[in-house]
Amino acid sequence: MYVVIVGGGKVGYHLARALLEDGHEVLLIERDRARCERLEAELGDIVLRGDGCEVGVMERAGFNRADMVVAVTGDDEDNLVVCQVAKARFQVPRTVARINNPKNAEVFRRLGIDHTVNATDAILAHIEQELPVHALIHLLSMRGGGLEMVEVRVPPQAAVVGKRLKEVLLPQQSIVALVIEEDGTPKPPDPDTVIHADDKVVVVTRRENEEALREILTSPARFGPYGPVAAPR
Amino acid sequence: MKVVIMGCGRVGSELAVQLEGEGHQVTVLDINPDAFRRLPPDFKGRRVVGNGIDQDVLRRVGVAEADVFIAVTQGDNRNVMAAQIAKYIFQVPRVVCRIYDPVREEIYRGLGLETFSPTRITVDRLRGLALQGPVPERE
Repeated sequence: MYVVIVGGGKVGYHLARALLEDGHEVLLIERDRARCERLEAELGDIVLRGDGCEVGVMERAGFNRADMVVAVTGDDEDNLVVCQVAKARFQVPRTVARINNPKNAEVFRRLGIDHTVNATDAILAHIEQELPVHALIHLLSMRGGGLEMVEVRVPPQAAVVGKRLKEVLLPQQSIVALVIEEDGTPKPPDPDTVIHADDKVVVVTRRENEEALREILTSPARFGPYGPVAAPR
Repeated sequence: MKVVIMGCGRVGSELAVQLEGEGHQVTVLDINPDAFRRLPPDFKGRRVVGNGIDQDVLRRVGVAEADVFIAVTQGDNRNVMAAQIAKYIFQVPRVVCRIYDPVREEIYRGLGLETFSPTRITVDRLRGLALQGPVPERE
């Protein structure tokens, strides 16, 4: 997917990094020269210096072939214009705007912006949901305690396919909350629930265990790139 | 008529004085209280300090009852956003929006906003002045 991000502040930077790690093509547009240099040093040659509200800059950034434009500057009016122009002029299929003033959420919705978010995590979750290949989706951050609710789609080649839940060794403090079958039927999990290909497994886990959890539920091998698939209990 | 002008710069203040002189009920909105120095002391309209892209501020200055809303701050995007809030959320019957950038101006005109670009107007005017009739002979 080709994603153009307008605004190279903290949100833009972290979002770009996460998307690059997931293998997407990313371009980051930032106005400030010093900030561009820092971003380039960190992220490589994916930074375009310019005003992302200008149509000329949008043309150079390849808005016409962008699958998604994400506007995350600190100014709501700029984010609004980026998204509206991206749609009206470049027919970008999906636009996401960061909202700095929560009061503007309704305004943006009524002015036709597809999605608005007010935090990096929420943007990430949204993008992840757009991608059928992305195995782990953040559903919810629980208040306090560092717990997350995530959804993992089990690919057909995963080692856990055909196993019962009680046979699957999950990372510490991870609890399966729900299994959603391929046809969308939700099932309360019990130890004998059998995992099928393309099931979605909803798990409450600790943030630091996410990667291990993803490996366990998606990896075809007993050993993933991060070591043993099953963390010791 | 009830007129709300957002942006008390040279254009906003001049327009406010003219409209008020013609008997309209004028409210001028600006984010910076210093901007109101451009209004003469005998200006009878309302001066309100606030951000015009904030719905609550617009509601407070009575945009919901306004007949005309004019967005003439220095920021194109601020004008665009405020004008759209006035038009689509408060249903102001006439909304006019200044956009310096001619490209953006064209786009928003296409989307149904009443817009004008001083850049475009100035260029057209200068072009007309430069090219009108035969150029006089050099002496």
